[in-house]
Amino acid sequence: MIQTFILYGLTGLVVFFGFIKDKEKTKKAFKKAWKAFENILPQFLTIIIVVGLVLSFLDTDTISQYIGTSSGWLGVLIASSIGAITLIPGFIAFPMSAILLQNGAGYMQISAFISSLMMVGVVTFPVEKKFFGIKATIIRNVLAFLFAFVVAFVMGKVFGEL
Amino acid sequence: MKTFKRYIPLFIVIFIGVIIYIALPENGSKATQTILYSLKEMALIIPPIFILLGFLDVFIPRETIMKYMGEKSGVKGVLLSIVLGSAAAGPLYAAFPIASVFMKKGVKFSNIMLFIGAWSTTKIPMFLFEMTSLGVKFALIRLGLSIVGIFVIALVLNKVITPEEQKKIYQMNI
Repeated sequence: MIQTFILYGLTGLVVFFGFIKDKEKTKKAFKKAWKAFENILPQFLTIIIVVGLVLSFLDTDTISQYIGTSSGWLGVLIASSIGAITLIPGFIAFPMSAILLQNGAGYMQISAFISSLMMVGVVTFPVEKKFFGIKATIIRNVLAFLFAFVVAFVMGKVFGEL
Repeated sequence: MKTFKRYIPLFIVIFIGVIIYIALPENGSKATQTILYSLKEMALIIPPIFILLGFLDVFIPRETIMKYMGEKSGVKGVLLSIVLGSAAAGPLYAAFPIASVFMKKGVKFSNIMLFIGAWSTTKIPMFLFEMTSLGVKFALIRLGLSIVGIFVIALVLNKVITPEEQKKIYQMNI
């Protein structure tokens, strides 16, 4: 919530000083903002709907069954794959992960889930590709996916699951 | 016509959504809740981000940004990229348009990758939230690993994507 206020405050200041400095440029800046926004609006909306639909088929019980402490590396693979394909905002994902941990999910699996959730984006692939090209997008996502296993390994050691 | 074409996938998923809503009302209403929540988040965070990037684009000269984050920016550029990414708000896909403006302004490729990496996983507000939800130990270890991870990923990308390919990517964003 606070970050949103800061973001709006900052934007307000920028717009205010921009307007004082140069009205024409301010107008141009707004036009650019709108153009950039409209450019990815259909993809944004599509992603949001797809994620909502997919998430409606997953619940906490199902998830902990597959990514419990005893699920091992297969559980890590499942968890990081779920993280890679879903797109859950952090303020939902963290409390959800806490609940999953209480319901028997392992630290290895949860850390892999969080790491790939934040860094890998399968549904956002078309958007990323538009800006970075296909090669860079694939490499970044594959590396980030592998990185989730590194995180799981370290967490497994630290929390005594390995 | 071109505008319409871009919206076709959206119409298709809306159509699928409506079918799910009719066939499986329980899933439908759960999905609607999530979708409305995400839309609210988007409506709140996206406008200021795009306005900021519009102003960044129009008001800040290319030379200034190049000086701080361009080819010769060194450690300063590295730090600035990570700080900017970590201070961000919003989902990762909101970072791509900003990265696009950075490319236009001549920011170094590896710095853009660090910015994207930091935005994806070392965001300060998210870190605080992670700490309260999952514990200090968990959050700190993950933060430490992530910082190493985003450097490794940025370095590998910078090596694997040849200068020529990087040039092409930059041209895509002009």
